[in-house]
Amino acid sequence: MEENGKVTNIFLSGVGGQGTILASNILGGVFLKAGYDVKKSEVHGMAQRGGDVTTHFRFGKKVYSPLIKYGDADFLISFELLEAARYINWVKPEGRIIINKQEILPPAVSLGQMGYPKDVEKIFKKYFKDNVWIVNGQEIARKLGNIQAANVVLVGAFSNFFPEIKEEQWTDAIKTFLAAKLHELNIKAFHEGRKTFEE
Amino acid sequence: MKQIMQGNEAIARGAWEAGVTVGCAYPGTPSSEIMAELSKYKEIYTEWSPNEKVAVEVAHGASLAGGRAIACMKHVGLNVAADPLMTIAYTGVKGGFVIVVADDPGQHSSQNEQDSRHWTRFGKVPMLEPADSEECKDFTRIAFEISERFDTPVLLRSETRVSHCDSLMELGERKESTIQKGLDQKETPKYVMVPMYSRVRRVAVEERITKLAAYAEAEFPYNSMEINDPSIGFISSGVSYLYTREVFLHYSFLKLGMVWPLPRNTIAEFFKKVKKVIVVEELDPFFETEIKAMGYKVWHGKDLIPAIGELSPGIVEQSLRKAVEGKNYKAPKIRIKPEDLPRRPPNLCAGCSHRPLFYALKKLGLYVFGDIGCYGLAVAPPLSAMHASTSMAASVGGAYGAGKVLGKDGLGKICAVLGDSTFLHGGIGPLMDAVYNKGYSTTLILDNGITAMTGQQEHPGTGYTIQSEPAAMIDYEQLARAVGVKHVKKVDPYKVEETIEVIREEVNRDDASVIITENSPCILLRRAKPLEKFRNPFYGIDTDKCRGCKVCLEINCPAISWQEGEGQTKDGHKRKGTGFINKDQCVGCEVCAQICKFEAITPGTR
Repeated sequence: MEENGKVTNIFLSGVGGQGTILASNILGGVFLKAGYDVKKSEVHGMAQRGGDVTTHFRFGKKVYSPLIKYGDADFLISFELLEAARYINWVKPEGRIIINKQEILPPAVSLGQMGYPKDVEKIFKKYFKDNVWIVNGQEIARKLGNIQAANVVLVGAFSNFFPEIKEEQWTDAIKTFLAAKLHELNIKAFHEGRKTFEE
Repeated sequence: MKQIMQGNEAIARGAWEAGVTVGCAYPGTPSSEIMAELSKYKEIYTEWSPNEKVAVEVAHGASLAGGRAIACMKHVGLNVAADPLMTIAYTGVKGGFVIVVADDPGQHSSQNEQDSRHWTRFGKVPMLEPADSEECKDFTRIAFEISERFDTPVLLRSETRVSHCDSLMELGERKESTIQKGLDQKETPKYVMVPMYSRVRRVAVEERITKLAAYAEAEFPYNSMEINDPSIGFISSGVSYLYTREVFLHYSFLKLGMVWPLPRNTIAEFFKKVKKVIVVEELDPFFETEIKAMGYKVWHGKDLIPAIGELSPGIVEQSLRKAVEGKNYKAPKIRIKPEDLPRRPPNLCAGCSHRPLFYALKKLGLYVFGDIGCYGLAVAPPLSAMHASTSMAASVGGAYGAGKVLGKDGLGKICAVLGDSTFLHGGIGPLMDAVYNKGYSTTLILDNGITAMTGQQEHPGTGYTIQSEPAAMIDYEQLARAVGVKHVKKVDPYKVEETIEVIREEVNRDDASVIITENSPCILLRRAKPLEKFRNPFYGIDTDKCRGCKVCLEINCPAISWQEGEGQTKDGHKRKGTGFINKDQCVGCEVCAQICKFEAITPGTR
């Protein structure tokens, strides 16, 4: 789908512990194998203690910057609704968005000082119309037996944007980055995620 | 075959390929993964040192014995190690010696924002600055060659967006250094820095920097010039170069791989080839100042580009679009104002032993001299239980010093709080001071059995080495007694009332004291089985009893939230809402149940 020389920008956001880094590692494995230059950037350390986490993922023929330019994301993959809203301005007008339908309350909401934004889905649909996919990743993962796999459900949904990349390339990458005992669960999670676009 | 590697992993790989034999580090974001990765190579001795000064000294000793050695740290770590660095600059090295310093522009996980490039000029040692993983590996390798050839320690500067970025690189083979191993007593005048010898070395340092400048000019392969559109030329380095190249692809570039000494003739040549020069650098105007001092006209630099925080392609474009192309920068559409959304600051984990401890300090109304570690998060409301924090282990001296001003009036009002790793990093000296000079401060050592915030690194108090081999283990109580502390207590922070009472007694005592937490391992430290001690898997709110007093919210537990809704308890107390415990997040630490005045928090079963 890429024109020659064009770099594709994927912005991932979530809450520390949701597996943003694993998801971006899988993307790395897939697009490297597909022959692209790849760069990704994330912040470690203190920010991970339940704070919001983001990963900038870029691939193309030649990638210079490890960071996406503000407003230039082709895709937003978000593992939590509020963390999707926080980065909405990073997405290009024609950008595409996948959001995990999950709410994790930040302290100000837990303490009753602020409300959790209720209309995130609506705002995304207002600006991005049909380019918004809300995936019930947590519920799908829960049914598979482990809510931790919600990240891979979203990777599965995202894989639909790249029909030229074979399914095995995705599942091979999943196997590379996960312990053997987690392969079956996560490959199922990937397939369930991939199927969400059929509906 | 190209591989994806993180910058830190690539630095470790470069060190391995360069035949490094010894690696030392104290963990610090964003540098921590370098030593963790290096420890996976069997040929190399690696260690977590107690602090960065020790790391540099151990690595220097290894170098004098003829081994190639590397010491790694974050930017503030080099402040700690500055003392040996400034004199190792005089002694030089035998085996190649590289010091990696990783900056954190934007302070993602740091107490300040320093531009470590200043050390290179100040310390009169060369500095290299890679931009991506390939360069991390190549620059580390070449840094060892420079070190041996010019008899100098070499600084390698990384930063968050280099250390924690993944990009493609080729792997190479390991090549051992040809330096003979062994110590030679005849070299004493070079390595003993007493004035009569160090005055001689002082001259050698200046001669060396001249030779290095010639090398930077003629031989160093990573100061590269690309002349495209000559109307504007950018001078930049590291990741700032990548951002600029991304945004202004078709213009001309001088990318400096060596921060210092600068290649004066190359810079002169670049000024001849391009019409106008813009210097793009993160943080301070280091290059800009130097280039201006050479007599050149820098068209733009820090007049347009921010000197605070990290750069990004967006910031580079916003700062320079108008100057470069005459068009105004067009900001992307604002669909939601991020400032209208609730923030999501990091928080102590559910079940963390720091939570009840800081709740106890808050209840006692103490002025808390805090320190560097996860527990710094206790400053955030509603815990709000930290009142000063600067550098590693500064809490101990701070609390003691404050007592010297307040005298008896300060009794019962002050304490110092720091973690196990931070205490060992620099807390023993000030504890000695407090005893020796008759202070009354109370030092609380929060022992969670690991260096937690940087991602679970071992230290001399954990009982394990970096390779997970069992090791000697510090006994904090014995240590405190050995420096002369007479009053040493242990508390289990999960017993809230008892903890409050012990702290109350010690902070009121007119003598130095130490309180050590026990039964308090980091909740993420699996080998300590931190969850097993909890009697119940999770707790829930009994809405028959909850009066909505919000006391349980005061501990800022990620599992507890407020649920609005008028109602009443079974015995008729009206309320505006109740607490709510998310059982997916609760680990059963029971702290909220202990502080609830109405016994409304009760065990749940799975």
